[in-house]
Amino acid sequence: MTAPANVVIVGASLAGLRTAEALRDRGYKGQLTLIGAEPHAPYDRPPLSKQVLAGWVAPMQTTLPRLRSVDAVWRLGAAASRLDRVRRRVEMKNGDSVSYDRVVIATGSRSRAWPVPSEQALAGVHGLRTVEDASRLLADLDAGPSRVLVIGGGFTGSEVASACRDRGLPVTMVELNAAPLMPALGRLVGDWVAARQRDAGVDLRCGVAVTRLFADGSGRVAGAELSDGCKVAADLVVVSIGAVRNCDWLADSNLDAGPAGCVCDAGCRALDRSGAPAFDIFVCGEAARFRHPLSGGRLVSLEHWSAATDQAHVVAANLLQPRSATNDDNLPRFWSSQFGISLRASGLPSCADEAMVVQGSLESGRFICLYGRKARMVGAVSINQPKWIAFYEDQIMSGGRFPFGCRVVDPPRSGALARPVFPTIQPSHP
Amino acid sequence: MLDTFVPSSVEIEAGARLLNAIADPANRPNPYPLYQTLREQPVWRDAGGAYVLGRYNDIKSLIHDPRLSSDPANSAQGGSALSFLNMDPPDHDRLRRMTMRHFGPPANASRLQRMTPVLRAMARMLIDRLSDRSEFDVVAEISYPFPGRVIADLLGVPREDETKFCAWAEAIAHASDRDSGYRSKEAERTFQELAGYIMGLINKRRRDAAGDDLLSGLVNDTQDGALRSDEIVRIALLLLLAGHETTVNLISNGVLTLLRRPHAFERLRRQPALAPAFVEELLRYEPPVHIIYRGSLCDIEIGGVRIPGGSSVQLVLASANRDPSRFERPDVFDPDRPHNQHFGFGGGIHSCFGAPLARMEAQIALSELTRRLVSPELVEDPPPYQLNPTLRGPRELRVAIKGVIE
Repeated sequence: MTAPANVVIVGASLAGLRTAEALRDRGYKGQLTLIGAEPHAPYDRPPLSKQVLAGWVAPMQTTLPRLRSVDAVWRLGAAASRLDRVRRRVEMKNGDSVSYDRVVIATGSRSRAWPVPSEQALAGVHGLRTVEDASRLLADLDAGPSRVLVIGGGFTGSEVASACRDRGLPVTMVELNAAPLMPALGRLVGDWVAARQRDAGVDLRCGVAVTRLFADGSGRVAGAELSDGCKVAADLVVVSIGAVRNCDWLADSNLDAGPAGCVCDAGCRALDRSGAPAFDIFVCGEAARFRHPLSGGRLVSLEHWSAATDQAHVVAANLLQPRSATNDDNLPRFWSSQFGISLRASGLPSCADEAMVVQGSLESGRFICLYGRKARMVGAVSINQPKWIAFYEDQIMSGGRFPFGCRVVDPPRSGALARPVFPTIQPSHP
Repeated sequence: MLDTFVPSSVEIEAGARLLNAIADPANRPNPYPLYQTLREQPVWRDAGGAYVLGRYNDIKSLIHDPRLSSDPANSAQGGSALSFLNMDPPDHDRLRRMTMRHFGPPANASRLQRMTPVLRAMARMLIDRLSDRSEFDVVAEISYPFPGRVIADLLGVPREDETKFCAWAEAIAHASDRDSGYRSKEAERTFQELAGYIMGLINKRRRDAAGDDLLSGLVNDTQDGALRSDEIVRIALLLLLAGHETTVNLISNGVLTLLRRPHAFERLRRQPALAPAFVEELLRYEPPVHIIYRGSLCDIEIGGVRIPGGSSVQLVLASANRDPSRFERPDVFDPDRPHNQHFGFGGGIHSCFGAPLARMEAQIALSELTRRLVSPELVEDPPPYQLNPTLRGPRELRVAIKGVIE
């Protein structure tokens, strides 16, 4: 196998950029091409639902800082359409093709669209993923809607709802599960967050679905019908019902890829449908679907900022030095700012079957909640207590047990440990 | 299952000898070779049964460990909390949160900035007084008065009471010039007098309109429930206990370190913009606080050793700062050192909240001194040191000068 001299990274956002930088950091001197469907230089998405909606930062001011020069050919505004593994070429929608020695799949995901195209097409119906989405949403928020309807109480939806309340806008948020953030953090923390959202004036409806969006006769959305028979009047709707991985272009590549991502091993090597690793294809970021050591064998695809940056190093190491056998054993980390809450999470709370508060209390609004699966600690969430989380991260990384039996400062007053529920409703893929 | 660390009698003896040597005032001028020995083992046990650690990674872990309590009631020694420095969450968190609110961002983002001209004026005035001198004592004439006046200004002590306040502050600092936390009857009396004076300031603010000083902020704050007057007094005293002696030593240790290195002294003189980098490296190289104390709430395994619950634990921060496994050429004073994450201000939830102010004071003091002193030379090296092994600094630092420039 010859050393790679021509690396193509498909995807020019956080994962793609950091992979390019990691390759150059490791001394890669060959040709480097980045292909991005969006016409922009790589930009940072988390601020789009926070500082941008708050007006602190303009949508176009979210360009990602560069850690170093990458000396690459940038093909922006050019989506990939197909991966030709035989000729080792990336084919693009505009008819061009780019050949590769090694290819990195970093195409991330897109917002799941509202399932009814005619309703999605109504004026006032928004998704939030790109800077264009953010600009359009900002304009509609600035116009002063009478009520905003947020469909989906995940992180994006919750943060949008928070931004709306900061503007004093009436908000209704509809969530399928029994509590917001439930698939990620379970019911114990989900219920607590629901209470804070209601305290902030969100009209939160859990355990219901939006069945239909209706219009006002002039092509603008006017409201929604819910599965419990209720109707909500709203002239701005934000659809935040999850993300679909951009792996359609891999459909006939024989890679094990689909709407949930492209399956890879712990070294970010793409696997084909028989499970064999492709020596020349790597996956990084949201597009990657793999078995994390903490997931108990389950395939996970992390939407975290940290996953993109951590995996970039794994890809660079294995791409340039296949014998380096680098694995992604990094601890996933993510955060959210909403309703004045500072939320930090580490590990894989979503792969847990139990959770308990170990420091602080739900009542005080400051606590650490730990997550366990089969007597092993797999996750930790800090609500307004970020200084303690490093300790629990160490515990998770070094095989800490669950429940955590040690006496600590500020133990919860109530002796009973809550056992929360994780939802059985997992988001389905089209 | 890890066995409890039951040291052999030879190890206990070696531990006692080493730890006695660290406590011995004769070694105060240079404890660093002893810290090197300290790092040869992850954990030592002193004669009193306390567990002593000196390695960077272990201290980094433990300083963020919720199984360690700062409340002396939870250590083998016992005792009670004087201020929130010695408290655990949730009480600690509430008091610190309330204090921070009036000290820095987001609620009071510009306080320190507003203090900058006052600090510069104080430094200028203290150095002006040296203009006809051929020799002076850095400790008595710069290091002590400067932080004392800063805290007075921060608390809103009226100008006419400043001298009285600084004299109390100095007396309290001298009282801790011992090898333990013991306070003499005299120190106790000074404490009571100062507490009484501060209570008077508080009462005045409750009666009349409050100003924009820190005490006024604390008096009027109701966001986490109002603070009782005695709680405010203890916070004010904390500023003195944790913020005076420490800053004094930071400045003294800094001047000493620079005078020993004429090249570094000259570099800072020519480039005062390097002051922040110089101060950071000083915080690593000659920190004011050498040891912090904790109590274990349950068994903790660290470095292959089990520390039982209910034990006293001592973390030698100044040793961690010189750990070669973390810092390259650790015994070299190098202001250009990258990734200088030292323990000069502690870490975890008790990390020094006065750090931004202390940094500013040290930067101003050292840049002004290097700029204005003409041909300074150490009269005595090493200088005599204070007895305290925890808060370490010279008792006096005499410097000969040819003059002072404008």
